[in-house]
Amino acid sequence: MNKPEVLSPFSLLSANGLTCIREERILFESLDLEVKTGEIVQIEGPNGVGKTSLLRILAGLSIPYDGEVNFQGVPITSTKESFHQNLLYLGHLPGVKGEMTAQENLEFNLAMHGLNTDSAEETLENVSLLGFEDALASHLSAGQHRRIALAKLWQSNAPIWILDEPFTAIDKLGIKKLEQLFIEHAQNGGCVILTTHQDLAIPETLLKKITLTYRFY
Amino acid sequence: MNKYNSIVTDNQLSIKANLSYRAAFMLILKRDITIAFRHRDDIINPLLFFIIVVTLFPLGIGPESSTLSRIAPGIIWVAALLSTLLSLDRLFKSDHDDGSLEQMLLSPHPVFILVLAKIVAHWLLTGLPLIFIAPILAVLLHLNENSYGALLLTLLLGTPILSLIGAIGVALTVGIKKGGVLLSLLVLPLYIPVLIFATSAVDTAAMNLPFNGQLAIIAALFIGSLTLAPFAVASALKVSTN
Repeated sequence: MNKPEVLSPFSLLSANGLTCIREERILFESLDLEVKTGEIVQIEGPNGVGKTSLLRILAGLSIPYDGEVNFQGVPITSTKESFHQNLLYLGHLPGVKGEMTAQENLEFNLAMHGLNTDSAEETLENVSLLGFEDALASHLSAGQHRRIALAKLWQSNAPIWILDEPFTAIDKLGIKKLEQLFIEHAQNGGCVILTTHQDLAIPETLLKKITLTYRFY
Repeated sequence: MNKYNSIVTDNQLSIKANLSYRAAFMLILKRDITIAFRHRDDIINPLLFFIIVVTLFPLGIGPESSTLSRIAPGIIWVAALLSTLLSLDRLFKSDHDDGSLEQMLLSPHPVFILVLAKIVAHWLLTGLPLIFIAPILAVLLHLNENSYGALLLTLLLGTPILSLIGAIGVALTVGIKKGGVLLSLLVLPLYIPVLIFATSAVDTAAMNLPFNGQLAIIAALFIGSLTLAPFAVASALKVSTN
């Protein structure tokens, strides 16, 4: 468990007793989880089981019906700013503006997180968008939109990454690159929480799986 | 090697947050204005609506100057109010639909700063042009010449209130598929005080009487909404995206 790079894994994000109710249906109840440094957590389960709801609760976007999420032992509702400094969340929607170019979108995303925007062009190269940097995002494909959103991962200095279906509309080579990035991020002491229906090519020692199942009455 | 071992805590925050409130504000403002200029319909439509409504009245009522100058303040203000209402939707709708809103709520900046920047951008693109066009349209309506100053002052103080209060309504209805009617129902009652005091100020000015009282009330409404609305909008957005 103890990787040589990670000196002492400590808990970054933990949740206890999470309950989520949607449309009068209990999605999950009394869910506990802990994510430590150096971990990649894959949340699995069939469609509609509450994976996205769980990620949104962990990111602080949704309020759980019961239970709380802690960032380093402190509830995220009371350490909002410091939690958001350490969080990178990518939802279903890429958050890309069609009226802006690929580069402008990325520069805005980086600037919002207080990151240097000088190397935006090189970062776009990482997601194979070189040559498209001056194209309006509305002229690009769904996969390219997602790539613009994902590009900021390469620059991010936030330890907690919460990614909802990051591989949607991404080609095989792109997925490989992303997996490599996740491994590097985990080995550097960060953590990744993601949902995907794909099998990940990530070493067992880093990967932790959480499976959500349908509840029947 | 372990680059995240020193996770920022609250007292280190100021060092890491190399983006000040002002920079965050300017960033959003610049972005929203860039987007609006690349999507010009959003700026032109409300303005065109304003011009059409105001120019139709003389045609419908007849060119008699005494009648027109009597109703001119009301027409201009009602048209300004409706055209603002028409433009409110784009304040958060597109950001909500493409996921930028979530990113904004999760950014390391206080949400009210970002919200305030969006409202200021909205006013610059819809409120400010109205102020420039209104005096020209007022000529068509034979507005009393004493009233021009009052009209401009009330618009200058009043249109920001429309954007600020409107933003609360949009933030509350942004998650609803067809929130248009609900938005009008929520927002229009709150616009009425502005309408009453603004038109009353313009009427008073036409009689060559001081209109400081009405102006002071509009200014108070402006300050009140400027300081409180961003917080209300920030909370409403959190509820809407929940």
